[in-house]
Amino acid sequence: MILRLGLPSKGRLRDQTVEWFAARGIEILRDGSGREYRASLRGVEGIGLVLLAAGEIPRELAAGRLHLGVTGQDLVREGIPDWPERLAELAPMGFGFADLVVAVPTAWIDVADMSDLDGAAADFRERHGHRLRVATKYHHLVRAFFREHGVADYKLVDSQGATEGSVKNLTAEAVADITSSGSTLRDNHLRILDDGLILRSQATLFRARSAPWDTEARRALASLCERLGLPDPGVA
Amino acid sequence: MVADRAFLKGGRLGAGFWRLEAEIARILAALAATGAMRVEPAALQPAELLLDLYGEDIRARAFVTEDEGAELMLRPDFTVPIVRLHMAAGAEPARYVYCGPVWRRQAAGSERPREYLQAGVEVFDGTAPSERDAEVLGLILDALGDAPVRLVTGDMGLVLAAIDGLETTEARRRALRRHVWRPHRFHALLERFGPLHGAEAARRAEMLAAAGEGRVAELIARAGHRVGKRSAGEIAERVAGLAAEARTPALPQDAVDRLEAVLAVTGSAVEALGQLRGLARETPGLAAAVDRFEARLDACARRGIAPEGLAFEAGFGRTTLEYYDGFVFGALAPDRPDLPPIASGGRYDALTRALGQGRGIPAVGGIVRPEALLALAGGAP
Repeated sequence: MILRLGLPSKGRLRDQTVEWFAARGIEILRDGSGREYRASLRGVEGIGLVLLAAGEIPRELAAGRLHLGVTGQDLVREGIPDWPERLAELAPMGFGFADLVVAVPTAWIDVADMSDLDGAAADFRERHGHRLRVATKYHHLVRAFFREHGVADYKLVDSQGATEGSVKNLTAEAVADITSSGSTLRDNHLRILDDGLILRSQATLFRARSAPWDTEARRALASLCERLGLPDPGVA
Repeated sequence: MVADRAFLKGGRLGAGFWRLEAEIARILAALAATGAMRVEPAALQPAELLLDLYGEDIRARAFVTEDEGAELMLRPDFTVPIVRLHMAAGAEPARYVYCGPVWRRQAAGSERPREYLQAGVEVFDGTAPSERDAEVLGLILDALGDAPVRLVTGDMGLVLAAIDGLETTEARRRALRRHVWRPHRFHALLERFGPLHGAEAARRAEMLAAAGEGRVAELIARAGHRVGKRSAGEIAERVAGLAAEARTPALPQDAVDRLEAVLAVTGSAVEALGQLRGLARETPGLAAAVDRFEARLDACARRGIAPEGLAFEAGFGRTTLEYYDGFVFGALAPDRPDLPPIASGGRYDALTRALGQGRGIPAVGGIVRPEALLALAGGAP
């Protein structure tokens, strides 16, 4: 069967993905008017492109409906808790850099690290009668990180956008969010904790372990890897 | 597959189901032997209460759903729902038995069951706590019958007493008490109060200097525009607390060692008593908890549970859900790594205080997993 390769359908991530493949001699052509989410690939035989929102690609890979896909490591680790069993990283792509970090108001001079955050959370809960709220959309990763650091008396509040504004808006006391330069956090009077780096992420080409790897798909993968200068993963 | 249930193939249908029902009836009769009444709390519980008690970790371990804007949780255990029920309706003393499914989320890819049965007994009775501890242990052992389990006991009361007895500031004792259920963090705190005390102060040099010179408000103001609900006053208050901690001499190594020694006690309950008596001579505040430990062993002996045969581990119970604060026990199946503890339980006086808005009821209880018990009796999987 044809090898299904999932690519981000919009934004900078799409453009950089197209450039990344082009730099390796594989041309991604957009069909039609440019609004159509269809594309084809020139340079390697036996590969079909599927354009999807980057956030949907981890799930499609995990389910084996895509053979390969380009998405952020943060989205994979958050969305697919047992990802190492389901996915393999073929190639980190050197763009889409994003750090998932824990940040608190700069005015919190008493809070330098996660252990301080725990101490502040204890005091906060006693005074305000509710747990210290941490706004994030990365619930799984943040919860695991906080557990690892032994933080108690906090509560995650869901934030699907403009997370850094949630402290100012009084919907959270701290945030755990993606940042590339830290400037948005600074603009919102937030500071990253000394040991508050949860994950360093970049766009990555993933392979789905449970996709139907028949002879044809394996052959397409081998020739793609050859073009990309990657060792043949030798799918069993 | 559809007729399977936790640890039991075919346990939802025909003969397998009859067998389970008979086993449950037998277990419930054993657990109710001291006069407990049957109870069935709702399967759907208000999530907020459980989240408030256990924190975010419970969200990863329980199924949460929503109804009319309120979050509901499929009960992850029976203890909290029964405490609620008792507080709302109960008169003391009261004993309850129950059996029903509980639901736990498991890590992705995990084959551990998401739904399994618990049969249990909860005793709300403030008189003679050591007798009540022994009563519950006896009931659970009767329910287990001659199943090949390894019984382990512990006593969170000893650990908490050893913390309370530390000759140091209340702030340090409070911090240690708060993390007694997180051994890793607990150990890190002990290090910060002890051998790493100097490094901790060095790390905060700028802030501590400002505190010493009364410049805290200025430092906060200089740190940037303040956003959020946590006020400058709160920040300054914690800075004062950290400054006080920095001024407090480091926890002497022998105090750290004594606390670690209490946590490291293991052996038969009789050997443990000997070790604890020795430690109590040099550990302030521990003697009363050791007396309670001994009274419990005596109460067990009177009920035919020989203390010589009771395994004791002081650290047992430190990694369970954080509500046990006294006697704890678990019945493990060492030859069956595929099965969870067959039974477990303990005392949770503080939980009733937390749920009763300060009105606490001494309480102790335990559960048996009927499916796992049957699977154990059935031999190798």
